[in-house]
Amino acid sequence: MAIDLTTETVERPATTVYRRPRLTTGFWAWITTADHKKIGILYGYTAFAFFIAGGVEALLLRLQLAGPDGAFLSAAEYNGLFTTHAVTMIFLFVMPISAAFFNYLLPLMIGARDVAFPRMNAVSYWIFLFGGLFIYSSLLFATSPAPLGGNLPGGATDASMLGSIPNSGWFIYAPNSGAEYSPGTSIDYAALGLQMLGIASLISAVNFIVTILNMRAPGMRLLRMPVFVWMTLVVALLLLFSLPIIAIALFMLTFDRQFGTLFFVPEAGGDPILWQHLFWLFGHPEVYILILPAMGIVSETLPVFSKKPLFGYPAVVFAGAAIAFLGFGVWAHHMFSSGIPTVAQAAFGLSTMTIAIPTGIKIFNWLGTVWGGRVKLATPMLFSLGFVALFVIGGLSGVTHAVVPSDWQQTDTYYIVAHFHYVLFGGAIFGLFAGIYYWFPKLTGRMYNEALGKWHFWLMFIGMNLTFGPMHWLGLQGMVRRTWVYPEEAGLGVWNMVATVGAFVIAVSVLVFMLNWSYSKRRGRPAPDDPWDARTLEWTIPSPSPEYNFAVEPVVTSLDDFWHRKYDEDAEGRAVRKEEADEYVADIIYTNGHPDHEIHLPAPSYFPFFVGLGIMIIFYGIMYHTRPWGIPLIVAGAVVTIGAFVAWGSEPLEEIHEEEHGTHDDDPHEEETEPAMSEGDA
Amino acid sequence: MNRRQRPAWRPSKIAPVALVALVALALLGACGRVEQPLNSFDSQGPIAERINDLFWPVFWMAVAIFVLVQGALLVAVFLFRERKDRDRPEPKQIKGNKRLELLWTVVPTLILTGIAVPTVTTLFDLAECPRDSMEIEVIGHQWWFEFRYPDSGVVTANVMVIPEDTEVCARMTSDDVLHNFWIPKLAGKRYLVPGQETDQRLYAENPGEYWGHCAEFCGLSHARMRARVVAMTKGDFDAWVGNQLLPAAAPSPGSEAERGMEVFMGGACIGCHIIDGVNDPDPSTLTVPAPDLTHFASRGVFAGATLPAGLNPTPADWEEGLRLWLADPPTWKPGSFMSDLGLTADEIDALVAYLSMLE
Repeated sequence: MAIDLTTETVERPATTVYRRPRLTTGFWAWITTADHKKIGILYGYTAFAFFIAGGVEALLLRLQLAGPDGAFLSAAEYNGLFTTHAVTMIFLFVMPISAAFFNYLLPLMIGARDVAFPRMNAVSYWIFLFGGLFIYSSLLFATSPAPLGGNLPGGATDASMLGSIPNSGWFIYAPNSGAEYSPGTSIDYAALGLQMLGIASLISAVNFIVTILNMRAPGMRLLRMPVFVWMTLVVALLLLFSLPIIAIALFMLTFDRQFGTLFFVPEAGGDPILWQHLFWLFGHPEVYILILPAMGIVSETLPVFSKKPLFGYPAVVFAGAAIAFLGFGVWAHHMFSSGIPTVAQAAFGLSTMTIAIPTGIKIFNWLGTVWGGRVKLATPMLFSLGFVALFVIGGLSGVTHAVVPSDWQQTDTYYIVAHFHYVLFGGAIFGLFAGIYYWFPKLTGRMYNEALGKWHFWLMFIGMNLTFGPMHWLGLQGMVRRTWVYPEEAGLGVWNMVATVGAFVIAVSVLVFMLNWSYSKRRGRPAPDDPWDARTLEWTIPSPSPEYNFAVEPVVTSLDDFWHRKYDEDAEGRAVRKEEADEYVADIIYTNGHPDHEIHLPAPSYFPFFVGLGIMIIFYGIMYHTRPWGIPLIVAGAVVTIGAFVAWGSEPLEEIHEEEHGTHDDDPHEEETEPAMSEGDA
Repeated sequence: MNRRQRPAWRPSKIAPVALVALVALALLGACGRVEQPLNSFDSQGPIAERINDLFWPVFWMAVAIFVLVQGALLVAVFLFRERKDRDRPEPKQIKGNKRLELLWTVVPTLILTGIAVPTVTTLFDLAECPRDSMEIEVIGHQWWFEFRYPDSGVVTANVMVIPEDTEVCARMTSDDVLHNFWIPKLAGKRYLVPGQETDQRLYAENPGEYWGHCAEFCGLSHARMRARVVAMTKGDFDAWVGNQLLPAAAPSPGSEAERGMEVFMGGACIGCHIIDGVNDPDPSTLTVPAPDLTHFASRGVFAGATLPAGLNPTPADWEEGLRLWLADPPTWKPGSFMSDLGLTADEIDALVAYLSMLE
């Protein structure tokens, strides 16, 4: 591949065989879009659809566990549902909904017109979507017979449809995940599907890192970036360093299952514990990949709704980075009972405790932010405060896991389920809902319904505590994880019933949210451009945000630049609204909404969609490579993928504005330069 | 938008009441005494007790921090909430405080160091078996535990019998996938790893029956993989060993039990199960490993220690459970290697009669 692609791209004649799609509305506009906001919305809706799927799975699980000796689901169905619930909530909801926030907000918050590689951004989305559909297609296509000639109830040869979805737990532990103990294809759907999702996340991680490092508005130094942008950067770096590990592990598993390698087969000298090391070396940073975006969101909302700057901005940023860094050194705390050496247990116990320190720093700084402020208890603030309150509980129970001998009792019980749902539901999801309500006006141009928002919060807050609170003591009273039934004589029935009731309260709260969303999006009160008296750049543009984001590239002179243009401080340090603030806001929003020249934007493209589609076809081919149509499928997928990339490479640049195509050199004094639209490089 | 027009059932009004009710309910629940055979708080030996002794101070410290932080949050929200009726000055724009940052870095560090020291000492005290402990081999199978006593040669399943007041070292491995041997009232958990040996210390202070559960997801019937540890006085234990070493009791001629023995010998049972003195195949010729049935009835439980149901099953419960199991094993334990053998009601009666005399 010695062809100099760069030269070729630049010197391509203006007229080419391809025409880039030009649609801005309708179905094909969404398929071909390279606009970060549209891609963000696609991520958001897709992730939410998966949230509903994962939520329904959770409700089915809770129905089965409502009473002892439940008969609602079969063992195979229960195992499939708890696996798919986790895979869905982690990889198909929390990660992509965070990606939705990154996509939509990151360019707006750093004053850019788009991300660095708009079409690669679209590729990320399509691979994610096809990866998610791939995993869920297991419902239709996968098989899961009993291992080693065991017998299924009623003499069945294969599990039911619902019992054939991936059913090894999201951790896919060897050797249970091997071909011998999990015959059929259900595990392949998980292993290959997660591989696809990893590719998608890896591409977007690189995209976000490049965007943040290169495309900030003039004057926005690193320590003037909003904390949300900081956390995006940290998450992207975590993805960049942790995803290759799981990619390798999944390749090893796939090779074991498909091509007869023996990495994890103990009879042949393979090591099942190796899988655990690889999995958690990815899996623990993954936990921070899930929680740090929410931490970024509440670091934006708490100051705005307290009318104060974030307390200890550098400390919060540094703590976020420290959590990410330490997050790579604690993985074996998931394995305290796996028989790893005692010294290793001690070391990982201690390293796990250290994570509590930067986490504590964040929580105390958030408290410091609220303290002495003017606390406006709007829905985003309620969710943010709920986040802090619930995350504290998850953090404290987390410290008890670091007490290694205690963890020997806690691990693999519902105590752990309680812990990580306080972190990931009480933490991540509450933070994300805070963000959804907070940015709703910018997204839709309308206000959400405050009463419904409060109902949503309180129902979800109560439901969450009802569901997961009792799991703390259920676990230590002997409720083992991943068991489709528990006997009546274990004495665990009452609190399981409470937890099931709580799960349905959560379900009702989600319905309230959906009602609020669909009603307010159409009929809500038109939103002011700066409804929260906010601090960051995305509020200096009209609501809803225009396609080109900023008609004039903003120039930043301080942290919370927008705020400081509206407010002064008096001698006591109290905020005083500048006389000219209203005029300034009206002015800048008018300017940003009414460009006086045409603005170069990334043109849509058909090809990202086809790259994603082609990769999915390849993965189906790998799964069925022993069938006669397997290899042709791989070839067909490769043709589609490579063809799409070739077509992408020879796609014309945006035709009208070719002469305006320039590069952006991050010079804070350069004001009228167009931001780089580096599609050619992507 | 008049304030009085707002409904009285605003969520912010109801929620705190509901939360208080929830906490009250939780306290009530914690006080209510239900028999919970897997309850880790109810430690019955020094190992589980050391773990609880470590847990509770950490728990109360966590409670203190919880109250402090949540209290501060609530006070902040209450004190500084926006009130429309009063014209208060704008908040001071405080960007941070280095001393506070130092404080809330150093204090948690000190607290954690305080937790770390006993954690590490307890860990090293408990993690490895002392040299003079009594060894019992534990082998995990999908989905039952096998126990072998190297000192005496006893082989049994589902129920591990140990002498009271004795340091026991379970030397564990797995025959197939990962399992995890957990007897919550006696000790924490440890994996059974195929191809590796792991150790678990066990120590029962008093005679009694302690429930256990496989805690690591081990496939389809993970939920049906439980275990019992029965601790006996040393005299009883020696008697138990003596009995276990005897060949199986012989049924009296012409009895129903003898018919049961014939069903056992004539059916698929001998493909996997051994009854010492009745069929003595070379274990390597067995299709899949299955529990040794020589002293089946002495265990009291079967089917991965999940049957008979109930805390104190009667002989009738035992028989009922056995009938249920023999009639259709895969329905009780999906994936079971014992298939529905199509036994007639008569054959089941005979087998129950035979198995119940294998004390």
